[in-house]
Amino acid sequence: MSALYDVPGPRARRRTMIGTIVAAVGLLAIAVVVVQRLAAQGQFTAEKWGPLFDPTDEAMPQVWSLLIGLGLRNTLSAASLAVVASLVLGTLIAVTRLVSAPWYRWLVVGVVELLRGLPVVVLIFFAARVLPEIGVELPGAGREVNTLFYLVIGLTLYNMVIIAEIIRAGVNSLPRGQAEAASAIGLTRWQGLRLILLPQAFRTMLPALISQLVVILKDTALGFIISYPELLRESQIIVQTTKNPLQMYFVVAVIFILINYSLGKLAEYVERRLSRARKVPAAAAPPDLVEAGRANAGN
Amino acid sequence: MRFRRLTVTAVSAVAALTLAACGGGGESTPAGGADAGAAPAFPEGSTMATLAGQGSITIGTKFDQPGFGLQGLDGKPAGFDVEIGKIIASKLGIAEDSIEWVETPSATREEVIEQDRVDMVVATYTINDTRKERVTFAGPYYEAGQALMVRSDDTTVTGPDSLRAAGTRVCSVSGSTPSQEILKYIDQSQLTLFDVYSKCADALRTNQVDAVTTDNVILLGFIADSEGGFKLAGDTFTQEPYGIGITKGDVAFCEFINQSLQEAQSDAPTPRPGSRPPARSPR
Amino acid sequence: MDVLVENLGLYWRGVLTTLQISLYSGIGALVLGTIMAGFRVSPVPPLRAVGAGWVTAVRNTPLSVVLFMIAFGLPEIAINAPFFWFGVTGLALYTSAFVCEALRSGINSVSTGQAEAARAIGLTFGQTLGEVVLPQAFRTVVPPLGNVFIAMIKNSAIVGAVGVGGDLYSVGVQLTGSLGEAAIPVLIGVALGYLVLTIPAGLLLGYLERKVAIAR
Repeated sequence: MSALYDVPGPRARRRTMIGTIVAAVGLLAIAVVVVQRLAAQGQFTAEKWGPLFDPTDEAMPQVWSLLIGLGLRNTLSAASLAVVASLVLGTLIAVTRLVSAPWYRWLVVGVVELLRGLPVVVLIFFAARVLPEIGVELPGAGREVNTLFYLVIGLTLYNMVIIAEIIRAGVNSLPRGQAEAASAIGLTRWQGLRLILLPQAFRTMLPALISQLVVILKDTALGFIISYPELLRESQIIVQTTKNPLQMYFVVAVIFILINYSLGKLAEYVERRLSRARKVPAAAAPPDLVEAGRANAGN
Repeated sequence: MRFRRLTVTAVSAVAALTLAACGGGGESTPAGGADAGAAPAFPEGSTMATLAGQGSITIGTKFDQPGFGLQGLDGKPAGFDVEIGKIIASKLGIAEDSIEWVETPSATREEVIEQDRVDMVVATYTINDTRKERVTFAGPYYEAGQALMVRSDDTTVTGPDSLRAAGTRVCSVSGSTPSQEILKYIDQSQLTLFDVYSKCADALRTNQVDAVTTDNVILLGFIADSEGGFKLAGDTFTQEPYGIGITKGDVAFCEFINQSLQEAQSDAPTPRPGSRPPARSPR
Repeated sequence: MDVLVENLGLYWRGVLTTLQISLYSGIGALVLGTIMAGFRVSPVPPLRAVGAGWVTAVRNTPLSVVLFMIAFGLPEIAINAPFFWFGVTGLALYTSAFVCEALRSGINSVSTGQAEAARAIGLTFGQTLGEVVLPQAFRTVVPPLGNVFIAMIKNSAIVGAVGVGGDLYSVGVQLTGSLGEAAIPVLIGVALGYLVLTIPAGLLLGYLERKVAIAR
């Protein structure tokens, strides 16, 4: 129960009850209007939904094999490649920023701020334009056009700096004694980071890192702008045959929600386990954690 | 079937076009115009010999262009460009099943040819001088032209010149040549841009825009599909000769393709009647 | 680099369009996000459920999917509007879920003693929220909310891919596509355009943060 209101007494309970009924009726009314409107425009016909959910429709297996077998598979492979690349490069950037001498730290900070200030869709689009222009030939699986790599590069450029910031915030959030103890036993700065600080930072920031997975997975749906055959683009190609855009986008949205919701739950679970395991009370969470949370804002 | 008609019209159009010279030294190759099935003989070391030898070919085409190259529910592309690709393959003695289709969106066409990721590109590929700097074109196999498509009940649009005054909302594909060309006739604010033409057709159907502009043949595909909902407005106002893109300087292959196209025209009225499987054929 | 100079007008209009999309979407997102945050902390169960459902559904859907559903879904049920407004609506709906979460976490960050004390002196739910909790929550909300809006400016590029032309991203597509310009100088122009918007926004946010920071 929220601290914003008392355990309700009889009057408050009555008011809440009235509010509940009014709200429920209002919501129901909205739902009815929407459904009627959809029905009036023939959006509930078998013709529109059959290719998706009617097993007797001969198109259904083909539609799903394109959606899941091709589209979702491509979405997931782009996302996982981008995650791995972003983690590796993000850690490198974080470490560079932490151990670098001031005279070249500004360069790292500059790159980080530059990439953070650009829309990911711009990075994806220009990865696909600039790389071939400057003659970069990407390794190919067979003779495929490598839109996959353009997408992964665009996603990585954007997400690696965010992951770097998450990790840096994690390292900074550790008690200073950790770093001091590391140097007291004669470890170099790099050794201290590698053996003492980074492992703890990863642990602390695991929930934030998992939330970033959701961001990356969602951003793969921008692959359509460079014709990468991911889930959204495949659905758009199918729609050209089945002529049911509304239904198809709905299904695509549900697929994304299911996957991302599970990832979000995983992040929450990990967070609970970690905070249970840790001795430090949650209230001691330093402002840096808040800052790292910002990285996820609005994506 | 609309696609059969489209195919017949288009292939007969090949003859009417003067096939462009392939450039280069003009080493005229007696390209073995053998029928599919018989083992064709090609000059040692030529692209044709290599392809015929390996018995397979990789062809780049569009996967999102109704009528020309659209990925069907079976995952394979179908359409006029695909048929042209099959004609060339069969002249090389390569079976339909041994063709590997690769999606080549407009922006990547030169790139995939230069990087040798495909053997040829048949993808509503307009021949122009900028592109000739990077690839060699065989053909043209079709002469298209930019046109306007409107809803059937629309009488206000008569051609590109009527657009600005009427404030017509026009849809095209972002970054495409037609989207730039039409800006000669309308203001930027009248233009809606999507990544594929099918979205424009959807927007036209639902009254979100009043006209769609691109090459007439692409529009014809949508008109045939619209059950009388759309029509062309006015004539074409550009010329878009479609060619087949191959590695720059491969004169012998270019001449072979030109010859194959001409033979296809004289061989039969149409390469493969009913070329496109019905939309929902199981397979 | 000539591309930059020759097309300065195009870039400038791109910046303005991006700003316009962001401004309208930002207002919409703030209004809807605040309403949803109110729902999420309200004592009325159906409203709480709507708020929670909204946040879960919208935050887990890619913005491009939200935009396509609106731009191609609404006309299907005979609701027509210029694509510009569909784009703005989509971006506002999407951003509202993040606004809602930023506000809610701000409300939750105010120590429970504050709300308890307010209730103890007999304030109602509305008074507790409006006069005690929200003014304090505002301070903690500034950084996350600011970041939501900076992210929104960047996300406006995706709106450019859904029928709305003329924003910075679309200018980049137009220049490299139909106008056949080399990609690198165009990219520099587009990047500068976004940085002109996002970096000052970030600085302003930093200033605000310091200004409202709670001295501890």
